Amino acid sequence: MLSVLALTSMVLLGIASQTTAIVVYTSWERHALVGTDVRLSCSFFSWQWTSPDVTFSWHYRPDGAKDSIAIFHYAGGAPYVDNKGPFRDRLEFVGNPSRRDGSILIKNVDFADNGTFTCDAKNPPDIAGRPSHVRLLVFEKVPVQAGVITGAIIGVVLGLLILIVAIYYLMRFLVARRVFSLSMSKHGKKGKGKEGSQQKQKPKVPLVFISF
Amino acid sequence: MLLLLLGIVVLHVAALVLLFVSTIVSAWVGNPNSSSDLWTNCTTLNGESRCDPADTGVWIQAVQALMILSIIFCFLSLFLFFCQLFTLQKGGRFFLTGVFQIFASLFVMSGAIIYTVMNSEWVHESESYGFSYILAWVAFPLAFISGLIYVILRKRE
Repeated sequence: MLSVLALTSMVLLGIASQTTAIVVYTSWERHALVGTDVRLSCSFFSWQWTSPDVTFSWHYRPDGAKDSIAIFHYAGGAPYVDNKGPFRDRLEFVGNPSRRDGSILIKNVDFADNGTFTCDAKNPPDIAGRPSHVRLLVFEKVPVQAGVITGAIIGVVLGLLILIVAIYYLMRFLVARRVFSLSMSKHGKKGKGKEGSQQKQKPKVPLVFISF
Repeated sequence: MLLLLLGIVVLHVAALVLLFVSTIVSAWVGNPNSSSDLWTNCTTLNGESRCDPADTGVWIQAVQALMILSIIFCFLSLFLFFCQLFTLQKGGRFFLTGVFQIFASLFVMSGAIIYTVMNSEWVHESESYGFSYILAWVAFPLAFISGLIYVILRKRE
């Protein structure tokens, strides 16, 4: 009993010492069509309450480039949007920091916007954590996902098969019931014990032959 | 007569095995350096080989679906054959089994035809057809003949 208590307290202490690590969440990849708006979402998990000094910052690294540039910063309760770089007049802050949401909206994306966006959030005193990356891919037309058409064709054919089998058995059941009710009404209550002794074939080894 | 039964089952299972091998093994088209099939494209450069998933085109997915459907129908017809063997009345025909097997052969045929016609989209010019492709074409007449045999077969007690 004492050992269980000691073990539990050790585990809790272990968890408590981990509480000062902030975890930032973004999507893995975003796909967008040329000319549309795309919303990059960023959120974080932290054991502390959301502080009024919470900060969000977004960086952008184009595909193939070595360095990343800062495009957005939120601090002291006010958003600061990039007005000199490639996203000037196209970037908008649509997040809600008190709800731990630091999302940004990029309007009218182009092929030059392909790249990796990094979101970093800090919630004092919880500041030790890793930023999270989301990759933006801009397409001229949205490509078909792998396996969607395959699954659709297989599903439709098998569905039709099951439907045909179900309808066949339903028809047989209905016809048999109709015949049964007709014969019942014709012969009244005269129970003819003919049914039941028709199948007498013993299943021997079945043989087949070909005939035309 | 048991020999006939055995022969028919062997033919059916042979068609099924060919379908499986053709769908799974990556050798539809290939050259000494690379091979590709319905699911991946594999290339070997300087002794190191890497595989990428196949393009997500509309037609290659249709071929994938048709090959999988043909395997499913061939399997179902084998199962139906054994069911009907024990439940059919004397003199009855294995009609359902034959129909399923013929459907399987038609699916393989459509898949192979679509692959042949449309493969300029995803295949390099230097590549030639591999053995999986040939197996798919061989499986089609095998399955078709097997289906026909089932349709004209009669059960004898």
